[in-house]
Amino acid sequence: MGTPGEGLGRCSHALIRGVPESLASGEGAGAGLPALDLAKAQREHGVLGGKLRQRLGLQLLELPPEESLPLGPLLGDTAVIQGDTALITRPWSPARRPEVDGVRKALQDLGLRIVEIGDENATLDGTDVLFTGREFFVGLSKWTNHRGAEIVADTFRDFAVSTVPVSGPSHLRGLCGMGGPRTVVAGSSDAAQKAVRAMAVLTDHPYASLTLPDDAAADCLFLRPGLPGVPPFLLH
Amino acid sequence: MTTEVGSVSEVKKDSSQLGTDATKEKPKEVAENQQNQSSDPEEEKGSQPPPAAESQSSLRRQKREKETSESRGISRFIPPWLKKQKSYTLVVAKDGGDKKEPTQAVVEEQVLDKEEPLPEEQRQAKGDAEEMAQKKQEIKVEVKEEKPSVSKEEKPSVSKVEMQPTELVSKEREEKVKETQEDKLEGGAAKRETKEVQTNELKAEKASQKVTKKTKTVQCKVTLLDGTEYSCDLEKHAKGQVLFDKVCEHLNLLEKDYFGLLFQESPEQKNWLDPAKEIKRQLRNLPWLFTFNVKFYPPDPSQLTEDITRYFLCLQLRQDIASGRLPCSFVTHALLGSYTLQAELGDYDPEEHGSIDLSEFQFAPTQTKELEEKVAELHKTHRGLSPAQADSQFLENAKRLSMYGVDLHHAKDSEGVDIKLGVCANGLLIYKDRLRINRFAWPKILKISYKRSNFYIKVRPAELEQFESTIGFKLPNHRAAKRLWKVCVEHHTFYRLVSPEQPPKAKFLTLGSKFRYSGRTQAQTRQASTLIDRPAPHFERTSSKRVSRSLDGAPIGVMDQSLMKDFPGAAGEISAYGPGLVSIAVVQDGDGRREVRSPTKAPHLQLIEGKELDKAQEDILKHQASISELKRNFMESTPEPRPNEWEKRRITPLSLQTQGRKGDHLFKDILSVKEKYLMPTIWTVEEKAQETDKTRAPESEGPCTGARDAVKSSHETLNIVEEKKRAEVGKDERVITEEMNGKEISPGSGPGEIRKVEPVTQKDSTSLSSESSSSSSESEEEDVGEYRPHHRVTEGTIREEQEYEEEVEEEPRPAAKVVEREEAVPEASPVTQAGASVITVETVIQENVGAQKIPGEKSVHEGALKQDMGEEAEEEPQKVNGEVSHVDIDVLPQIICCSEPPVVKTEMVTISDASQRTEISTKEVPIVQTETKTITYESPQIDGGAGGDSGTLLTAQTITSESVSTTTTTHITKTVKGGISETRIEKRIVITGDGDIDHDQALAQAIREAREQHPDMSVTRVVVHKETELAEEGED
Repeated sequence: MGTPGEGLGRCSHALIRGVPESLASGEGAGAGLPALDLAKAQREHGVLGGKLRQRLGLQLLELPPEESLPLGPLLGDTAVIQGDTALITRPWSPARRPEVDGVRKALQDLGLRIVEIGDENATLDGTDVLFTGREFFVGLSKWTNHRGAEIVADTFRDFAVSTVPVSGPSHLRGLCGMGGPRTVVAGSSDAAQKAVRAMAVLTDHPYASLTLPDDAAADCLFLRPGLPGVPPFLLH
Repeated sequence: MTTEVGSVSEVKKDSSQLGTDATKEKPKEVAENQQNQSSDPEEEKGSQPPPAAESQSSLRRQKREKETSESRGISRFIPPWLKKQKSYTLVVAKDGGDKKEPTQAVVEEQVLDKEEPLPEEQRQAKGDAEEMAQKKQEIKVEVKEEKPSVSKEEKPSVSKVEMQPTELVSKEREEKVKETQEDKLEGGAAKRETKEVQTNELKAEKASQKVTKKTKTVQCKVTLLDGTEYSCDLEKHAKGQVLFDKVCEHLNLLEKDYFGLLFQESPEQKNWLDPAKEIKRQLRNLPWLFTFNVKFYPPDPSQLTEDITRYFLCLQLRQDIASGRLPCSFVTHALLGSYTLQAELGDYDPEEHGSIDLSEFQFAPTQTKELEEKVAELHKTHRGLSPAQADSQFLENAKRLSMYGVDLHHAKDSEGVDIKLGVCANGLLIYKDRLRINRFAWPKILKISYKRSNFYIKVRPAELEQFESTIGFKLPNHRAAKRLWKVCVEHHTFYRLVSPEQPPKAKFLTLGSKFRYSGRTQAQTRQASTLIDRPAPHFERTSSKRVSRSLDGAPIGVMDQSLMKDFPGAAGEISAYGPGLVSIAVVQDGDGRREVRSPTKAPHLQLIEGKELDKAQEDILKHQASISELKRNFMESTPEPRPNEWEKRRITPLSLQTQGRKGDHLFKDILSVKEKYLMPTIWTVEEKAQETDKTRAPESEGPCTGARDAVKSSHETLNIVEEKKRAEVGKDERVITEEMNGKEISPGSGPGEIRKVEPVTQKDSTSLSSESSSSSSESEEEDVGEYRPHHRVTEGTIREEQEYEEEVEEEPRPAAKVVEREEAVPEASPVTQAGASVITVETVIQENVGAQKIPGEKSVHEGALKQDMGEEAEEEPQKVNGEVSHVDIDVLPQIICCSEPPVVKTEMVTISDASQRTEISTKEVPIVQTETKTITYESPQIDGGAGGDSGTLLTAQTITSESVSTTTTTHITKTVKGGISETRIEKRIVITGDGDIDHDQALAQAIREAREQHPDMSVTRVVVHKETELAEEGED
């Protein structure tokens, strides 16, 4: 979880949350994830943390895993952060809503302006929100509704916020991501391609589009931690 | 066999007056205009014979009458003041382009149209006259040249004025119609001479009578952006333009095309005042209250030339922000607010500003203490920024806001869901709540129309779709639909086109709005801005406290607190922008005069990239490869039709060029030439391959295809003129013809374009109107209107994107290229014409009166010409060719002669050598071998003093006329050099034939004609370019 500063991928802090053991149980599978190897997940999580800290030089904040929140490590769903503003989301799954509490606290401590979703009708999963550096796209998916997208627009008023219909079980960012300042990386599935086409129509800014064979591969973060630093991809 | 004979004639005029006259005339005319307006139209109408005492207002009234009922007879009118731009006026007027030409056109129109029960024949005749328009133009221009003492502005009145005094008014009209036509047909110079004399007399007479007229005036009040009110008296029938000009003058604003006047039609509806129409008719019974506002938000404010323009834009944006129209985040509110403080208060001073109550300012719709604190905090960080710099920073941040420049209209979609339609520079945006749910870029939109309260856009089929789709929106009411439609038409024209489209011709039973945007386009206004040559005007920034209060409606005194005088007044200071701010070259000469080069950018880019570019396109482009960077520079400096003079917005289509008044422009021009012409020229040769790739790639997408489609579609939609030609000329000629019409003629010649566009529109609107049988034909009330962006894309936009156009044309039919560019040298047209040969003859006629010819120009021109042929075989260089030849035509002469270093020449020369090759190997163009020969005859006198002296371009126009096998393009350029004015006529005659034509004879004929037409000029250069197809006949 990066905190993008100006433009795309500028960040100083990374926030992660440990993998609870409950992730391996049924809850995870329910979220569309394949049954996973807990040990591997925890190992990978450790590697991620290390990379963020050492390779990228980010200040790493790690929230402790909570057994009651099996999907807690998927922090991307809990907040949308741009500039000094953090929008605390209201995940579609009621079970996940408590996840935001710890995140809110952490972000508050970082001095970000916290914006809450007060609307009971709004649902918003953070991974349905794609920030390209110039504008937002919000996937209208199984997880995020129009009202939720509207709140994104209300929160980040400087930017155009466009809605992209997302078919299937994925989040928008499960289909595509930013591979660079003006490059959208997308999977090759129908849903992903459709989303990318929709975005191409909606944008005022031309993006190059890079198609990857695998949707999951498109779920990446483009980070530019240092000033002239090498921009690495983070595949999650 | 195709023969092209081009004669370039150059005329040098002794009379330096010609130039100065023309310029002086203009202000004078304005003044006169106003005088005229103040005279009482009613009185005039009643009184019978003082024909000379015609006032503009009565003309307007007449026109209105005609439009409304077409029943009232109208008394005579003499428009002796109707001076400028005769030929253009005629064209427009005859095409019924009433809205287009606010003043002059009207008059002309009446001559021909007013006659209500005009018999069919006459209508016919009128049509003929229309066709004659081109020729007539030519003739007139010639006259001009022969009579340097008479400024061209006086011409228009000539024919009409002449008869007025002698005949009875009522009968006169018919006569007049005929006479006018006759005149046109004859075009004898001698005759005109005598008339001119009369004109002048009449004018004098008129002037004396004018004084005695009473005036009916109305007081108007205009709320300005700083909250103050400007009031003035206007003649009752004054047009919007008059008021707008007054306001701009009051504001000392030159870059005024971005602005407009709004009037409140109803509490929630505001309308733009149409400058071309009478204010009274637009307002109906509303009070004469207006607000001065930004109408077109410049996508890149840093390209504005003057700080004062940026200042007004800032004021507008502050209003937009405070009112919530332009939503921003907290941070942005704070940042923008802090720049506002810096601009208005100067550096933060704890003693002085610590006590200021920031709540008096309005930084946001709802302002919190927190925001004020943040504003104050940020203000401290801007220390050292001048007010102008602070404004620039303000704009740099504001322009990135997603709603910047988006004009929102409430609507419902087809399912009745509330949405908002946002019109902006790039197209049409669809919002639901705050979310953007769809977007239609201009290139995607084929047609915009409205019918009653519905608004429709016809959209180009998407990638995988096959059919165009029409999307309808429901507006609250009919007027809202029309307003949206108009805004779309205006935005499209302003941001996407090079020059405004002519309004469709008023036909007998036309229904629907003929509205077209009549102001300058962004491209034009940017061109014009580069010529602003005045010390930065001194202006006071008034505190936005006042602005915020004025939003509450409280009247405020003008001299209210401006806590700081921000301007030391030194011009130099202003140009001291922060380095990152202004990406354009700022050159300051010894006098401290400032020249800012603001190249026109957007349209080119869009086409090159084949994608939309955003407001901050520059940012993006920075990251692009140096190739495209260079290319962009290259493209963007493509000269375009420029308005003749800063003040004169209506003239633009005719006059290709502008004048630079001072030598200062050299600075700028040297820069631009060096950077933008020279470099790419050389460089392109080396990097051909890459270049092509780049250029080609986008070709297949976006606007390119758009244009191509449009080209095709205009083939499909038949129209009379084209039809005729098709009958006579071969299949491929069609393309050429069209090109000629659309392109070569386009600057001045309305007729070509209009004829072409109009029938299409006509057809559609009638079909529409048949559905809505009840729709009224009165223009204000019309229920339907439509607008096809893409006709213009083919015809207008093309002019700037030479390269792009070429390629578009090239693909379907290579032959089209032959005549495509103004300066393009014909090439073999290999497609279907067997044994075609092309000969270009350029005759340069020159009357050398004490001034030296500009050698640089010549050689460049020549070089370009040859280069064209030489490089023809490979396509990459053609882009270069196109541009370079443009240098010759469109760029001010002095640029070429002074700032083109020898390098360029040699480059040209090299290429011209290459052009001696007799065979052109075509890469993509199929098969047919051609032979190209170029012979240049040049008078020795030309090579005289090198570029010490630089001319100033006065006018330039291009006229094209066609007959069965010949196409004549006449390019007339007037320049003033030192005290000497020079008229240069270039004629390009393309003779296309299949072997029966004796080319030598044709050449001789062409030269002879040129001599005859301009006895007082000398032929300085003849270039014969002959292309013969070898494949079949192998002759030549």
